[in-house]
Amino acid sequence: MKKISTGNKAVAEAVKQLVPAVVAAYPITPQTEIVEQIAEFVSSGELKSRYIAVESEHSAMAACIGASITGVRTFTATSSHGLLYMHEMTNWAAGARLPIVMANVNRSLGPGWNIWAEHTDALQERDTGWLQVYVSTVQEAYDATIMAFRIAEHNDVLLPVMVNLDGFLLSHIMQPLDTVDVGDFVPPIHLPHAIDVKNPTGYGGLTGPDQQFKFRWDIERSIRDSVKFIEATEKEFAKRFGRKYGFTEDYQCTDADVIIVAMGTLGKEAEVAVDLLRKEGIRAGSMRLRWLRPFPKLDLKGKQVVVIDRDYSFGRGGILATEIMAQTKEDVFSVIAGLGGQEVTYEDVAGFVRKRRMGEEFWFGVNTNV
Amino acid sequence: MIDPRSHDSVHRSFHNHLQELNTIPEIPKEEFILKCTSACAGCSDSLALRYVLKAAGPDTVLVVPACCTSVIQGIYPNTAFNVPVYNIAFASAAACASGMSNAFRAAGKKTNVIAYAGDGGTLDIGIQAMSGAFERGTDFLYICYDNEAYGNTGMQRSGGTPLGARTTTTPTGKTDNKKDIDAIIAAHDPPYQATACAAYPQDLFKKVAKALTFRGPTFIHILAPCPPGWRYSTEKSVEMGKLAVKSGMWVLYEREYGKLTIGAQSKAAIKKPIPLEDYLAPQGRFKGIDPKTVEILKQRIAKNLAKLTAEEAAP
Repeated sequence: MKKISTGNKAVAEAVKQLVPAVVAAYPITPQTEIVEQIAEFVSSGELKSRYIAVESEHSAMAACIGASITGVRTFTATSSHGLLYMHEMTNWAAGARLPIVMANVNRSLGPGWNIWAEHTDALQERDTGWLQVYVSTVQEAYDATIMAFRIAEHNDVLLPVMVNLDGFLLSHIMQPLDTVDVGDFVPPIHLPHAIDVKNPTGYGGLTGPDQQFKFRWDIERSIRDSVKFIEATEKEFAKRFGRKYGFTEDYQCTDADVIIVAMGTLGKEAEVAVDLLRKEGIRAGSMRLRWLRPFPKLDLKGKQVVVIDRDYSFGRGGILATEIMAQTKEDVFSVIAGLGGQEVTYEDVAGFVRKRRMGEEFWFGVNTNV
Repeated sequence: MIDPRSHDSVHRSFHNHLQELNTIPEIPKEEFILKCTSACAGCSDSLALRYVLKAAGPDTVLVVPACCTSVIQGIYPNTAFNVPVYNIAFASAAACASGMSNAFRAAGKKTNVIAYAGDGGTLDIGIQAMSGAFERGTDFLYICYDNEAYGNTGMQRSGGTPLGARTTTTPTGKTDNKKDIDAIIAAHDPPYQATACAAYPQDLFKKVAKALTFRGPTFIHILAPCPPGWRYSTEKSVEMGKLAVKSGMWVLYEREYGKLTIGAQSKAAIKKPIPLEDYLAPQGRFKGIDPKTVEILKQRIAKNLAKLTAEEAAP
């Protein structure tokens, strides 16, 4: 069914169709609309979920954990400080192998109080064992949320999945949304280690050094295995619903001399910039990174790479640029742009490519010599 | 929200059942704490939990944050507990139990969800999650077993440590009073709350069994004497608990739909308390306590007993 929706409402719509038994969430700008919409669905009876209005994000994730271990489907949503506040529990969720799905509306971190788009919040969660996908349209927010449940709950994965959408630029933007009949695309959840009072088990108790590393390795093994299952899920989604997704969304990359790598809405701006640059005779392409964890093998051989980070790791560099430089020997021009919701247009992105200085780092709006 | 009083009838029939049993309840022989726990010698938490689980029975899940019980249950891949135990981060026992209870109830299961936390996990780091879970009317039993310090990490001061007690972070004695968590819980107006003591296992058994008949959040605060923490010899745990009650330092009571009933043992102590010094003297943690501090403790005990007596007498 075609309609017009915000990114937030698109996520809520997907959640409504997947009917989690428990949604535990806490409001935070710019995510609030997701939980309001879900609360509305629950109170109107459209969604048969238990909505737990917890007193903090730490408790939101703890409640999802407590619900999930009974073997039911769970969902939460957060943003920025909320995500960081639940950081202890995001680690717990992954370590406990619970297929919790969370929407994170990417937002800057204080101080000062800035509610605008930035990816540093989710990127600070990159080592927790969560799978992370970044979306660029309202439609993709909806589609990725549906696929997130199928991927998380697959018994070869059993890891939580975070769907990231840019604060305001996507959460509050109205775009066309084509909803689907999910049908049996996401099978009923079956958690093999769910609590069973007839078979009493201890979970997460004292674990010695000769055992703990095995659990850590098991997370890594599953996240590596998830690659083929993510691919299979996206392929099946395309077959059933006609929309194709991959680890990256590549635009004009094949013959490109220079490739722009970015995540979220900036990755869409990059596509427009590519068209602009091609008219000027610059053979540019865009590779929008969708999955940050597991991190895909990017085909950048022989290309110049312009990485745009809407994030930063102080004392090291743009997080995406750092990840890419660790994987490829190609020259990288690292652009730091859009922090705290700083406006970055496709014209600006084209400018980064035109005046690229390979091997250097450039802060948009701070360094004026590009 | 569901009115907890709708379960009054269930609750009343259980009450009659308890009266039939007179004062000594029929305590099941089945053990849910098996041999080979890694508890310290003389651990009264283990004693308390033994009776908690006997009262709760096999259709029970324990949610345990960081505390002595995380250690006592044993080391992976073994567990000494014969009910499912879900270990969770320090601050989040009540929140985790909240999610679990909702998931069970959504699936139509009546499984008891018991958050079982120490004083640190309840009075200090876990108080926010606990307050939230009580405010939301979560259908669970929250038990705080209180050994009056962070026992698991080697006896550091907690909000539960009494005035004057030495801990590793109050080497000359705590200068602040014990936090009144029971008053904080009472402010949430739960259908049932009680205090208990590991030295009175029958009383504890009855209170746990009763708490689990209510729908909604219930709370039991158990005093759990701790030989290494309180610095007394290991065979004296039960004696120490009894001295706490007899001196009035610990009061046994129940509050049911806001109506307070002081236990018989504490009523006797109110009438004729033993000297507080009899409770303090055997404990190394109170060694060398300043007489002025003892006087303040006595005044606080008197004030607390007067307050509770007045509350019980109120119509």
